[in-house]
Amino acid sequence: MAYIEAKELSVGYDGIAVEKNIDFSIKKGDYLCIVGENGSGKTTLMKTLLGLTEPVSGQVLFGDGLARNEIGYLPQQTEVQRDFPATVKEIVLSGCEATCGMRPFYNKEEKALAEANMKKMGISDLALRSYKDLSGGQQQRVLLARALCATGKVLLLDEPVAGLDPKVTSSLYTLISDLNKEGITIIMVSHDIDAAIKYASHILHIGEEVFFGTADEYLHSKAGKAFMAQK
Amino acid sequence: MNDFVMYLSYPFVRYAIIVGILISLCSSLLGVTLVLKRFSFIGDGLSHVAFGAMAIATVINLTNEMILILPVTIISAILLLRTGQNTKIKGDAAIAMISVGAMAFGYLIMNIFPTSSNLTGDVCSTLFGSASILTLTKGEVLLCAILSILVTAIFILFYNKIFAVTFDENFAKATGVNTGFYNLLMAVIIAVIIVLAMNLVGSLLISALVIFPALSAMRLFNSFKSVTVFSAILSVICAFVGMYISTVTGTPVGSTIVATDAVAFLICYLIGRFR
Ligand SMILES: Nc1ncnc2c1ncn2[C@@H]1O[C@H](COP(=O)(O)OP(=O)(O)OP(=O)(O)O)[C@@H](O)[C@H]1O
Ligand SMILES: [Mg+2]
Repeated sequence: MAYIEAKELSVGYDGIAVEKNIDFSIKKGDYLCIVGENGSGKTTLMKTLLGLTEPVSGQVLFGDGLARNEIGYLPQQTEVQRDFPATVKEIVLSGCEATCGMRPFYNKEEKALAEANMKKMGISDLALRSYKDLSGGQQQRVLLARALCATGKVLLLDEPVAGLDPKVTSSLYTLISDLNKEGITIIMVSHDIDAAIKYASHILHIGEEVFFGTADEYLHSKAGKAFMAQK
Repeated sequence: MNDFVMYLSYPFVRYAIIVGILISLCSSLLGVTLVLKRFSFIGDGLSHVAFGAMAIATVINLTNEMILILPVTIISAILLLRTGQNTKIKGDAAIAMISVGAMAFGYLIMNIFPTSSNLTGDVCSTLFGSASILTLTKGEVLLCAILSILVTAIFILFYNKIFAVTFDENFAKATGVNTGFYNLLMAVIIAVIIVLAMNLVGSLLISALVIFPALSAMRLFNSFKSVTVFSAILSVICAFVGMYISTVTGTPVGSTIVATDAVAFLICYLIGRFR
């Protein structure tokens, strides 16, 4: 049984499909990269998987002990206002909110989890800094740490390296790949096709044509060849 | 100063000051949320609705006007939140319609059924607050105190959830936080705060009471917690100073408090600027 399975899924807004006939399945420990041109519906697909947007048709099934709200999420653009007063620690801790239920305050384990995840992401020394004053790469690490607090099972990352310099980009890729080796399933939207092929176990290409298969299969597919040639 | 001490010997003055402090405390709590989320325009619209409800309550001669104003404002808050989420109806337009409409009808009703010979005075005190909160009846004082304490308690209990939902609603929702419920809760709290604040400063100055302390605190602090705590403290201090000045010099209490808040903002702004 797969963690997440999409069956003849069409995604879009207000009943109008942006992308049709998406079929794929993700098993525990997979590293799936979603590629495709701007506006092809990658973010929309992400939101559909998270339940923030209703599917236009078809379905998304969760299995193998995974519940929909056990997916940690790194948004493409954080709709956080520029002035929001919040420290790194407050933001990372807020990832634990999901497991709190009706309990009003965070308990010891949750605080320890937040500390551990900040350490893992190398941002412990930024704990008391204001989020809005951080660099783009640091902000991504903060949001990654928050996502890790929400779940240890699946991480959904929407263009996590957009706007980062090559050095920070490759360290973030290494970080994500390490998380994958620890057993966390990764779903990542990326425009960086080389990195996708290097790190991912599976590739989902959406656009005119939908392709789903292993990274190797993708290299030899029609969609893959065409997309590579463009670059 | 002596005057003030003398005033304090009257129990109703003490009650009024306690209520003023409680109201200013809870009105500052959701300031950050109001400033940073789309709730800010809901807050403004609601204060107009509260004015309309107040007009009706005055006309039908309710002894405790809040019994009518409170539910009307809460229901409007819930309705406005609903329309705000509905992409088909423009949220802003709906709010403008409801709030301006409520204002117009409120004034109209007060005109058609005047309850006292001093209509302009009545309207003025609803808009800018009474000459002093000493005019609150004992029942109103008690209700204000209970509601303020309730709002503060709920805010503290849901503090972490309010933070999560205000900071990043989508993330909270995706990880299973019931954001719909917390949005509703916040709308209701805002409605209650607005009705409370109206007693202190009148319906036109409510936004100032809610937003000034948060804006001031954001000049000086970085964390959500310190901003919240500082704005609560600042709001209480300003309310107290404002009430003191107003009692001693005889200026209207609402505008004196808001003026104090504005001065405090200026000071915080300057400190933040030249630090
Ligand atoms: N809230 C919305 N309501 C209606 N249409 C939308 C909405 N958000 C996006 N769209 C449309 O849906 C289509 C797909 O958008 P989406 O954001 O999923 O693309 P994407 O693949 O993530 O692109 P990018 O690579 O630029 O991030 C676009 O044509 C966009 O205009
Ligand atoms: Mg996108």
